[in-house]
Amino acid sequence: MITTDGLTKRYGPVLAVDCIDLDVRAGDIYGFLGANGSGKTTTVRMLLGLVLPTSGTIRLLDEPMPRAAHSVLPQVGALIEGPAAYGHLSGRSNLALLDAAGPGGPRRTRRARVDAALEQVGLARVSSRQVRAYSLGMRQRLGLAAALLRTPRLLILDEPTNGLDPQGIREIRDLLVGLHAQGTTVFLSSHLLAEVEQLCTRVGVLDRGRLVLQDELTVLQQPTGRTVVRTPDAERAHGLLDGRVEHRDGDRIVVRRTDAAALNSLLVGQGVRVHELGPERRTLEQVVLAATTESPEVAP
Amino acid sequence: MIVVELRKLLTRPRTWITIALIDALPTLVAVLLALTDVGPRPGTGPAFLSAVLADGTLFPLAALAMVLPLFLPVAVALTAGDAIAGEAQTGTLRYLLARPVGRTRLLVAKLVAVIAFVLLTVLVVAATGFVVGALLLGDAPLSSSVSGTSLTQQELAWRTALALGYAVLAMLGVASIALFFSTITDSPPGAAMGALAFLIASTLLLTLDAANALQPYLPTRYWLAFVDLFRDPILWRDVGFGVLQQGVYVLLFLGAAWANFTTRDITS
Repeated sequence: MITTDGLTKRYGPVLAVDCIDLDVRAGDIYGFLGANGSGKTTTVRMLLGLVLPTSGTIRLLDEPMPRAAHSVLPQVGALIEGPAAYGHLSGRSNLALLDAAGPGGPRRTRRARVDAALEQVGLARVSSRQVRAYSLGMRQRLGLAAALLRTPRLLILDEPTNGLDPQGIREIRDLLVGLHAQGTTVFLSSHLLAEVEQLCTRVGVLDRGRLVLQDELTVLQQPTGRTVVRTPDAERAHGLLDGRVEHRDGDRIVVRRTDAAALNSLLVGQGVRVHELGPERRTLEQVVLAATTESPEVAP
Repeated sequence: MIVVELRKLLTRPRTWITIALIDALPTLVAVLLALTDVGPRPGTGPAFLSAVLADGTLFPLAALAMVLPLFLPVAVALTAGDAIAGEAQTGTLRYLLARPVGRTRLLVAKLVAVIAFVLLTVLVVAATGFVVGALLLGDAPLSSSVSGTSLTQQELAWRTALALGYAVLAMLGVASIALFFSTITDSPPGAAMGALAFLIASTLLLTLDAANALQPYLPTRYWLAFVDLFRDPILWRDVGFGVLQQGVYVLLFLGAAWANFTTRDITS
């Protein structure tokens, strides 16, 4: 769905995006992670033809961008760096205007499309109110509704849950999962690790303009080959497992062994009480921190 | 896209407030003239104003001559300056372009909307001028040319139409300059001020003898040449230069606006 080859953007002396090769496949919910200033937004803008790459190529839905923008972008819904709308118009008028602006939106079905999008994001009740009077969360929902207008095959969302309360975040997550189940591919740019961990199937990590990691989430989080044991008899367990203990931290022992069941029966057989025992998995946070350089400051 | 832009223009309260304000000045002048019966002496004050006390049918032209030097250019510069920079400032530009609306198409639609605004404003001013002139001011049967000979109603009508067209073209020049500035900044007032600074500089240089060599090329040089359309016979020289000059300005600045906008990174 999205392939980039050596995509690079240079702003004067600053290399904002440095030779990245994105690979987003049909059916993915792709989490595009990176600290503030790491080049996420510039990448998203290049994908949509707003910023022109210094070098490298982009293919969106198997067509070259920005050359094929006219045929590709109607099938793409986007939320770029926060929503935007005309404050003096209602939410509904804003959507109708945006729909009329682009190619391929028949006037006959416009009303139905606008209504459906408003319904999807839960704005149907306030759709005739002026956007000026919308809260940040409502504006965010309106932005999402605009992205959903044309039932896109690909959604490119930059921080979609920004400004939403926990209830709203949950609703949007459910909405995205529902759309994904219907076959929509989602490209989600975010700096919220938890959000990506809950939602995404594939992850790419951007660090100071470079794509330092790109893989399936299940691969990144697969067992590390070590087992974690929590026991009140840590001293005895350490003695029993001598030589295979990676490190010990209070009542928590990390053991270089993969067969958790055998380890458990060994410990219990020797009278060691066990609170908890299981294969070690890295959190996404650990994966990301390991892949990125130590301080996530804004590039100079 | 053109329809969308026109709808945006017409649904915006600002458009109508601006037109109402522009229209207020000539109306106020007409009321004052009617109440006091004291007109400016011939040859002083705005063009035609000395004649309208006798002949109210000239008032649309007098009204136009009043708003053309300052009010209308300011309004046009604000509207055209807002065209791209305004969308950039509200953040809607990125969503329009990602819809997608082609950049050239958007620029053309914006230009058409600005022209529509100019036409609308000029027509409202002329129409109000006509009504106010007919109701409040003199109705001497003879409509006279600036040269003193009399013109038939028919002659006066087509000369007025020509003058309106000329004013619209002059404003198109302003609009092109403001539209160009609108593509290089994300601040609408900045774009409008840029265009106005250009016009003010031009007006200033016109009063400076040392700038004689420059004067034929300044955009405001021939703005009021439409008065020549009411001489008998018509004095085409300045009007012709004006049309040619505005045409060059329009092409130059629209070309620059297009070249800049279609190759620029949208980071707003």
